[in-house]
Amino acid sequence: MRHLKKYLPLAVMALMVTAVQLLTSYTGTAYYLTQLTITAYYGLLITGLCLLMGYAGQLSLGHTGFFAIGGYVSAALTTHDLTACRNDFFITLLNHAHLLISRHDIYGEPLITVKAWPACLAAIAAALLIAFIIGIPVLKLKGHYLAMATMGFGIIIFRIVMASTYFGEADGISDVPAFTLLPGLTVSGDFSYRTQNYYIAWGLILTGMFLLINLIDSRPGRALRAIHGSPEAAEAVGINTARYKLLTFVISAAFAAVAGVFLTHFNGGIGPSEASIMKSVRYVAIIAIGGMASLWGALSMGVILNFLSLRGVFGSYDDAVFGAILVLVMLFAPNGILRLPIWRKLNFRHRDG
Amino acid sequence: MSTELFFQYFSAGITYGFLYAIVAIGFNIIYNATGIINFAQGEFVMLGGMTAISLYPFMPLPLAIVAAVIITTIIGALVEIIFIRWLDNPSVLRMIIITIGLSILIREAALFVWGESVRSLPYFNGNSISSINIMGANVSPQVLWVIGVCAVMVTILSLFFQLSTLGREMRACAANRLAATLCGINTRNRITLSFMLSAAIGAAAGCVMSPITYSQYDMGPGLAIKGFTVAILGGLGNSMAAVAAGLLLGLVESFSVMVLPQSYQEIIATSILLLVLFIRPHGLFGNKDTAALKEF
Amino acid sequence: MALLTIKDLNRSFGGIQAVSDVSFKVKRGTIKALIGPNGAGKTTMFNLICGNLPPTSGRISFKDQAIETLTAHRIARLGLARTFQNIKLYPGLSSLENVMLGRHSRSHTGFIAAMLNLPRARREEDDIEEKSYALLKMLNIAELADKEAVSLAFGQQRAVEMARALAAEPELLLLDEPAAGLNIYETAELAELITQIREIGITILLVEHDMSLVMRISDEIVVLNFGRKIAEGVPGTIQNNQEVIRIYLGGDD
Repeated sequence: MRHLKKYLPLAVMALMVTAVQLLTSYTGTAYYLTQLTITAYYGLLITGLCLLMGYAGQLSLGHTGFFAIGGYVSAALTTHDLTACRNDFFITLLNHAHLLISRHDIYGEPLITVKAWPACLAAIAAALLIAFIIGIPVLKLKGHYLAMATMGFGIIIFRIVMASTYFGEADGISDVPAFTLLPGLTVSGDFSYRTQNYYIAWGLILTGMFLLINLIDSRPGRALRAIHGSPEAAEAVGINTARYKLLTFVISAAFAAVAGVFLTHFNGGIGPSEASIMKSVRYVAIIAIGGMASLWGALSMGVILNFLSLRGVFGSYDDAVFGAILVLVMLFAPNGILRLPIWRKLNFRHRDG
Repeated sequence: MSTELFFQYFSAGITYGFLYAIVAIGFNIIYNATGIINFAQGEFVMLGGMTAISLYPFMPLPLAIVAAVIITTIIGALVEIIFIRWLDNPSVLRMIIITIGLSILIREAALFVWGESVRSLPYFNGNSISSINIMGANVSPQVLWVIGVCAVMVTILSLFFQLSTLGREMRACAANRLAATLCGINTRNRITLSFMLSAAIGAAAGCVMSPITYSQYDMGPGLAIKGFTVAILGGLGNSMAAVAAGLLLGLVESFSVMVLPQSYQEIIATSILLLVLFIRPHGLFGNKDTAALKEF
Repeated sequence: MALLTIKDLNRSFGGIQAVSDVSFKVKRGTIKALIGPNGAGKTTMFNLICGNLPPTSGRISFKDQAIETLTAHRIARLGLARTFQNIKLYPGLSSLENVMLGRHSRSHTGFIAAMLNLPRARREEDDIEEKSYALLKMLNIAELADKEAVSLAFGQQRAVEMARALAAEPELLLLDEPAAGLNIYETAELAELITQIREIGITILLVEHDMSLVMRISDEIVVLNFGRKIAEGVPGTIQNNQEVIRIYLGGDD
């Protein structure tokens, strides 16, 4: 029973997700579901980044880069027509492996592209590989150098998608097809799929939270927190700090890439703004507000702020609001607003972690 | 490649190189005094240029520039006094996030005041097509202004830090803050001064550069990344080396156009940053053992 | 039979020779003390043995295996645990969790098994918790299990750190000034504890300033001064060594 207690918040969250859907359906406000779906995908990225920042203590100012790699690779593979090079050896090989699909674009023109599932897996694999390669040298750095290196990585990804025609330069990639996960379960922004996409997105985040909750309470999770607190003492008990940091970096990149793939198929496209440094900074802001080492804090702040932002509540001051939040939280509540003394005064009980 | 084209790339590289060096020196001044990397450094350059442009219609150009530098210096002081001075031994992560947040706020404020339009100051002498013939090649007089102003600033700064009492006190704060405090130096005021100095040189550079590079509300982050690259390349805290590193980066970037499309220019600078961080984080001219003793 | 052998070890920082040509052995099942005035190179020696610093030259072998080029975590996994002079507990973690971390090198659950919470991961976790709790009990701090370790009193933090080191079931335990900051009664308890630890078969190497403690519990003593070994032997011999007396009492030459 003791072991099941940590899953209680997950059950509460599942109930809330269902309640929100039913509520919007009864009140005729189902249009909220679209923004809530997008919010959930950003939430997935944020929880993964929270593991890296809050628990392993490694700042990443370029995490949107992994989101972009996921989204862009999947988008490019499922939209670029391979008809012209259909006789190339590699393409023939892909065809024989049943990885290609012939379909018609929105104008009725025939085209041959990679199927969504292999494209999705290739996109995630690409993100993991890049995270692994870049992670080895990056995670040797600390403090300002780590911040600048991760930001530099983010800038490079942003500039690459802006500069290459394959990724659509400033226009990005549009007309990305729907992604059928299983028969009857399709990631698509189409109106008729709205409710099931809401559940796909939130189901994904529940799964992600399940994995992370398990992780932080386990042997490797404790090791991560030890690395954060005292790297030297972590080595002294036999923790391979470099390897643990790298694996965490790769896991959090995977969360970002999965979010990127799904959101791109849901939106039917992706643009360079998804790869901008400002987005990365925004995710860092959300985690800081949530209290760094608090998955639920990060998730709840992520959902609230992204939802408000998507609803256009902040208007043209969107970036300014996040900048102000960053500064204010870091000045007055460096442990997150959920840990301000005021909550204790109000006798509001909460459990850290 | 024709000599003419070569010289054009060369002078563009030198011009940008000096700008990057000034931003890098701005980083260094604050870093030396506080151990903080001020991510809002690029915003000082933007503020200097934009303020001078707004003042120019109401006063002569030199006066507008001086006023812009003074205003930016005051903003630099306010940033330190309001957001940094009273923090008690903040963590590096906290300072990184605060200065990033400040850069966003300054940028958004600039967007609110000046909008998205690209502006520039007029050429100090002549106009965009006037040129001076040096050794058979044509150079815009503004390039000479940039080189001259930046060289003068670097010289004055190094004399200030080497010779004046105040400058020496600031170096003492950098070497050991506690010891400096015990010697009766008011370290807090020296830190405010370091923010003012780096805001001032950033703003001055932003003014002389404006006719060539133009000014826009969002020019800060790009400059900051390049300035940081240069600061690292020269070895964090070493301002003389930053000038050499700045010119190096400016020239590499400028000549890269020969082999890669313009749109890849930013990728080159950022890749250099990553390479330096991975291979020689103590800089091209720095000493590994000394660097290991510093807190990053 | 030597568990740890140090041979011609050197380490310099720039021009300063912190450890020069030091050689000694630690026999299995004994308590060996490393003493010397401040700046003698004792902490540097510890850092060299644990792999936190690479030696400039020389050899260190542990269980007949050369370890001078290994990283700290590899050495720890071989069965060497340590405590720190300035206590290093992990903030944000309870005392029990700190001790559980000590069992890291004796357990195996990886990221995937942990994320999926597989039955074998759960079993191992229960085992880690049980053994760690038993250690807290042995050190009489079981009631502090759920308290955040870094918020405890100094002596209690020392005990948690000791429990963490013991959780690894090490063959060699390095104690860096375990009596620093303890009062006379606590020091007496510590002496008792250290001999108890030796009884269960763990070899101990300690750096300590409290001479009465060192003389009471050590089987052998190595004296360092300015990075050099100046004496080695049983407590009785060291107490009568003229050079050692001169260093500690301050000579007039």
